[in-house]
Amino acid sequence: MTDISLSDHAVAGKTAPPADARSMRLPTQWLGVAPFFIFAIMFLILPTLYLMLGAFRNDAGEFTFENIAALAQPSIVAAYWISIKVSLASSLIGAFAGLAIAIAIVRGGLPEWIRSATLTFSGVASNFAGVPLAFAFLATLGRLGLATVLLNVLVGFNIYAHGFNILSFWGLTLTYVYFQIPLMVVIIVPAIDGLKKEWGEAAATLGATQAQFWRMVVIPVIWPSFLGTVILLFANAFGAIATAYALTGSSLNIVPILLYAQIRGDVLHNAHLGYAIAFGMIVITGLANVFYIWFRTRSERWLK
Amino acid sequence: MKSGRFWAWVVFALGAAYFFIPLIATVEFSMRMRRGAYSFDAYKVVFGDPRFQATFGYSVLTAVFTIILGVLIVVPTAYWIRLRMPQLRPVVEFITLLPLVIPAIVIVFGYIRMYGSNSPLPFLGSETGANALLVIGYATLALPYMYRAVDTGLRTIDVRTLTEAAQILGAGWGTIITRVILPNVLIAVLSGAFLTFAIVIGEFTMASLLNRPAFGPYLQNVGANRAYEPAALAIIAFAITWGCMSLIQILSRFAPRSANRPN
Amino acid sequence: MTEPFLSIQHVRKSFGPITVVQDFNLDVEPGEFVSFLGPSGCGKTTVLRMVAGFEEPSAGKIVVAGKDITRLKPNQRNVGMVFQAYALFPNLTVAQNIGFGLKVAGMPKADADRRIAEMLDIIKLPQMGDRYPYQLSGGQQQRIALARAIAPKPKLLLLDEPLSALDAKVRVSLREEIRSIQKKLGITTIFVTHDQEEALSISDRIAVMYGGKAEQVGTPFEIYNRPATKFVANFVGTLNVLEGTVTDAASGKVRVNSQEVSLKGKLNGSKSGDTLSLALRPEAISLGRHPGRDSSLSGEIAEVHFLGSVIRVRVGIGGATVSLDTFNSPATPPPAVGEKAEISFSSGDMLVLH
Repeated sequence: MTDISLSDHAVAGKTAPPADARSMRLPTQWLGVAPFFIFAIMFLILPTLYLMLGAFRNDAGEFTFENIAALAQPSIVAAYWISIKVSLASSLIGAFAGLAIAIAIVRGGLPEWIRSATLTFSGVASNFAGVPLAFAFLATLGRLGLATVLLNVLVGFNIYAHGFNILSFWGLTLTYVYFQIPLMVVIIVPAIDGLKKEWGEAAATLGATQAQFWRMVVIPVIWPSFLGTVILLFANAFGAIATAYALTGSSLNIVPILLYAQIRGDVLHNAHLGYAIAFGMIVITGLANVFYIWFRTRSERWLK
Repeated sequence: MKSGRFWAWVVFALGAAYFFIPLIATVEFSMRMRRGAYSFDAYKVVFGDPRFQATFGYSVLTAVFTIILGVLIVVPTAYWIRLRMPQLRPVVEFITLLPLVIPAIVIVFGYIRMYGSNSPLPFLGSETGANALLVIGYATLALPYMYRAVDTGLRTIDVRTLTEAAQILGAGWGTIITRVILPNVLIAVLSGAFLTFAIVIGEFTMASLLNRPAFGPYLQNVGANRAYEPAALAIIAFAITWGCMSLIQILSRFAPRSANRPN
Repeated sequence: MTEPFLSIQHVRKSFGPITVVQDFNLDVEPGEFVSFLGPSGCGKTTVLRMVAGFEEPSAGKIVVAGKDITRLKPNQRNVGMVFQAYALFPNLTVAQNIGFGLKVAGMPKADADRRIAEMLDIIKLPQMGDRYPYQLSGGQQQRIALARAIAPKPKLLLLDEPLSALDAKVRVSLREEIRSIQKKLGITTIFVTHDQEEALSISDRIAVMYGGKAEQVGTPFEIYNRPATKFVANFVGTLNVLEGTVTDAASGKVRVNSQEVSLKGKLNGSKSGDTLSLALRPEAISLGRHPGRDSSLSGEIAEVHFLGSVIRVRVGIGGATVSLDTFNSPATPPPAVGEKAEISFSSGDMLVLH
């Protein structure tokens, strides 16, 4: 709290020179934002910090690295690994497919209604996640799902006989892509809209081919928004549990499901190991964001 | 240009196939309950299930409280940041984005450990407290969306000038917020509200871990035990999401458009 | 006359049922600076975009240095273009923007760097190479855009309302700079504008356009002093238009508001009884009678606007009002509203609009 009141003085000194006015305005200034900060600290920051600190404590409350070290056991490492793989695959597939769709509807010369219909649908589909999404994919690609049955009947191709399983890495990835693609579309379309028509014309008069223009201007300009969205998609998939849980029960051992089981019943028989798992999740999504911020400040000096 | 349009159609068609096949499959599956004929039996069973009615009602009520809490926290803050404390904007924006980085399961895990029945703030010691904690948790989940919607709404109106005009006319703060600012950002607030509703209504993780009788855990339970009802529920959930998004779109047509944008 | 460098021949452009350019013809000499002047929607930008290759003419052809470029893609035409909204690439530095065309053409880096430095000198921004567009003012950005357009030594320079987005002061200084750079490099240039003052001040020739057609092509002097059509006369400069009736075609007598003026040799073909529009530039009219001014009309001072060095006086003559400019002089007070006044002019300055 001390540093808040410190910056408080600095601010008030700048905006309200008269001394008496300052003493009057100080509390009211902060009163306006106090509920927000109290809420954020109590229900967002402190609970997270509590877990992060708990990850470095033992039952006796002493500082330790044992919990972190215990993450190295094979089942937990495997859970992290499959989570990272699913998140990475679904965010990359979602990102590139979403980008392709966004470019197609904005720049592809398609009728206007396709653009608005796609955007509306993307708004819906990006929020259609969780348990119902799992149901939809079970009805599609489950053993009795329509696509499975039709492929078997019409083409004679039994995807389950060829190693596919909805309760697997690819099954989960394919399901996550259902909300990843539209999320990408929703976020990246404004960025593509921001590309000015004159840039392409200027490049053309300067002798550039379409490919050169894309390589030298379009991709560098879209890149920061694109990368930022990929990071968002990654975090989105990494923390998701409902879809996976409803889809696979606990047969696919991803980190959030492991943590869920731990919270419900201390399956790891070590309360502090749960903290360490949560800590690891924050570290991974946090690292992704740090990487993004670092990359952006390093290579995108042209951004205001 | 010609080949460009061709590829655009190909991309669009592939995307449309990927997105529509699961919907069609789910509809088809949901109607297979009666042997040998398509029927709406699964829907009848679902709507007739008292647990469906109870959990859905509970989640709707939770969503309403979440929206109220979200509005109370976000609107004054976003307004005050625009008006008086723009230097705090980066901090506030950073905080509102945190729920996109910190997984919900981690946040709720923190709640369980911090606000358990033996803690100084025993939210989980009582039914009401647990319900309140669920609303609070949902409000944090919705924070990024709510804040952005409201902040965008505030950007289109000139907050400072409106406030000063109201002050010159002798309005107090209460009047300014309820009579001047809120009506002007109402559309934005409602957009945020419907988005919040869409996110909250079927939420599973928090509700399940806080042991609340909400719609999300009910869905999961049905999914684990029944065959055709889950498909019907998926379609119902999709329709609810669609409804929320359509309302947002319809609302956006009524949003105030201002030529005077200070930033 | 030398071979025209750019020749636009019978060019027509329709978008669906709407024809925006009809039978446009223009020959441009090497090194010439030609402006397309006209109100918005007159087709001037469309013609420019057809020269650049962004629009394909519905009919006609465009020849540059003896080569038909009508069907060439924009990136094969070797033209430089400057846009109203600058259109600098935001992700590239100033130097990289200027070097874009050179890099695309595969010029070795050392040569390109030399050319970029040369360009930065020409536009008088030698220290700005490492900046990004967002760090520059509008005027600076537009100079960079100009440098970028001319760096690859294009055959033609196309300027599409390059000054419209700038504020008044920058607009004047930049247009002078554009003209001096253009003269120094001897690059054939087409300049699209809706601002007649801009066109008059920097062009070798002006094509005044209206309704998809060139109304008149000529030097600024010709356009201003001898407008070929009523539209040109009205669009370029301020004009006082009086309605007159021919009373005696043979001797050139015309009655304006029950006063008679003589317009010998200007009526070409009008018969007695015809109604004419007579036009006078404000600077061709003086207050009071003057030796050497053969015609006069009397009226009443209606408005007086003191503009500093110039006083603009509006004189009511019957139902019409005539504007004229007199220089301010500290010794004589400006005329007062309501005074009787006489205006005089040379009948030779009177334009008869058909």
